[in-house]
Amino acid sequence: MQQELVDKIKNNPKYHELVSKRSRFAWILSIIMLVIYYAFIMVIAFSPQTLAMKISEASVITIGIPIGILIIISAFMLTGIYVWRANGEFDNLTKQIKEGLK
Amino acid sequence: MSRNFILWGAFATLFAATAVFAGGALEGAIEKQPLNIAAIVMFLLFVAATLGITYWAAQRTKTAKDFYTAGGGITGLQNGLAISGDYMSAASFLGISALVYKSGYDGLIYSIGFLVGWPVILFLIAERLRNLGKYTFADVASYRLAQTPIRTLSAFGALATVILYLIAQMVGAGQLIQLLFGLPYWMAVVIVGILMILYVTFGGMLATTWVQIIKAVLLLSGATFIALGALYYFDFSFEKMFTEAINISDGGEAIMSPGGLVNNWFDAISLGIALMFGTAGLPHILMRFFTVADAKEARKSVFYATGFIGYFYILTFIIGFGAIVLISKNPQYLTAEGGLLGGNNMAALHLSHAIGGNIFLGFISAVAFATILAVVSGLTLAGASAVSHDLYASVIKRGQVNEAQEMKISKIATVVLGIIAITLGIVFEKQNIAFMVGLAFAIAASANFPVLFLSMYWSKLTTRGAFIGGFLGLTTAIVLVIIGPTVWVAILGNAEPIFGSKYPALISVTVAFVGIWFFSIIDNSQRAQTDRAAFEAQNVRCQTGIGAEGAVMH
Repeated sequence: MQQELVDKIKNNPKYHELVSKRSRFAWILSIIMLVIYYAFIMVIAFSPQTLAMKISEASVITIGIPIGILIIISAFMLTGIYVWRANGEFDNLTKQIKEGLK
Repeated sequence: MSRNFILWGAFATLFAATAVFAGGALEGAIEKQPLNIAAIVMFLLFVAATLGITYWAAQRTKTAKDFYTAGGGITGLQNGLAISGDYMSAASFLGISALVYKSGYDGLIYSIGFLVGWPVILFLIAERLRNLGKYTFADVASYRLAQTPIRTLSAFGALATVILYLIAQMVGAGQLIQLLFGLPYWMAVVIVGILMILYVTFGGMLATTWVQIIKAVLLLSGATFIALGALYYFDFSFEKMFTEAINISDGGEAIMSPGGLVNNWFDAISLGIALMFGTAGLPHILMRFFTVADAKEARKSVFYATGFIGYFYILTFIIGFGAIVLISKNPQYLTAEGGLLGGNNMAALHLSHAIGGNIFLGFISAVAFATILAVVSGLTLAGASAVSHDLYASVIKRGQVNEAQEMKISKIATVVLGIIAITLGIVFEKQNIAFMVGLAFAIAASANFPVLFLSMYWSKLTTRGAFIGGFLGLTTAIVLVIIGPTVWVAILGNAEPIFGSKYPALISVTVAFVGIWFFSIIDNSQRAQTDRAAFEAQNVRCQTGIGAEGAVMH
């Protein structure tokens, strides 16, 4: 990529808006996913009996099972949240940056 | 078994043509099964359809871009299905349901680890990869670095991952066919090898993608039917399913909570890192991001893929528990010693028989075989691309190569990889397939991912730092696996492992990142100045996608 083009894009405030908003959002979501997953893994490593608790007196189902399923669902939800915002807001910003070059 | 009959009936209608073959196979048999005609007919249908697609794709595969990326015109949904097709291997279908069957809850821990890498791939690398890359992940890793060392390192990381993964798939194929189709092990491995060579050499990425899409749809619907069949048996009550599983299982209540899979903090974190970063370093998966038109389609791919894969893992959990109840004490599926006929990896398949009889077993067997075919095709294509695009075109010919020549090399590489896969598949017949995949993930996480990630994110990365650090990560992962319990004790027969954990990723990934960081910051060479100066332009393209389409910008 030519240096003039790079400079032109870098001087566009929309570019900085896109980069900072998107990277902050992406890192926040990544950290949420990592915290959920590693919290789960740490409980397994240090206190597996926590996940062995029953969901109710009458049930044989341990809380580990709904928690595990919820983690799977949360992974899907987080990707959905990201795609929803990226398809709207971030793609609009990118479009404006590209139009600014014409 | 009246319930079985209803489901069986449903399938008999679906496959009325083959119903006549639904005799009583699998009854009290001990070793190899009699020829399963239903399974073979359904498998042949799949093969005929996919070869038809390969013929169609071959007409449309003219340029290198067609061959490596299907021309870049795959949609987000198609690619999402193809990614799940790539990722839901026989090892996850048979291996994870076997793990649930054997250890209950531990199987779910494994599935979750396999899944949570996906959101992180989406947030941090999917769009950047699409904006920077062309055909292989090494394009991205070496974007602003010296081509020869980084391409070589990435190509070896890719090949190591591909070959390990291929062995696992081949072994799975052989075992499966032996038990289900009544064909000898070696013949199954040869059939898989030949078919994948045909798909990839003639149809390239387009045929591979459609084989994966079809397989993903078949596997998802097949697994849904098994899970629904199992749940039907328990009147759709999870409470009932778990209660009966606890009563019948030798593990008792222990199957409902974390057990021996990860029992210390080191293993827990290390396994998590291997699965998460490993997914983000698998060459056949990363390559899929170059088949879509732009960053938007790339991100949609991951969204769909995460949904399909997550759903699939929930199904394998139900299938594993269903198998505990329905087959673990049913002499029809057991050997004289009380083990599962054909080993634990057959749990899902025996369950399909218990639920839907021989026809359904035939269908699921064909699906499992198709699964293996789809995954090995994607792997072979990724491996062949590493050889032709990275090693041949960029390293040996330094970019001075015509397209026809490069495609010829990739086709030769496909055939060679196919032969290697067949040979090693036969050599490694008795290995545990889940462990082989684990090693592939460790290498992907320790060699491929750190270099790729830092090349996109860290402006101070230099060629020397990336090469030394990536190489250290690769070596550490391999050495720790060799001196660990799975090779040092289980294969080499030593009494005690030198490295006590089965999961080296925590150490090897750390070694890679620290190595890359250290050797980059102390690098004051001329090349290092160039590497760092090029970050700005790379980052603009990476963030906006400007320059990503059309002429090559490097």
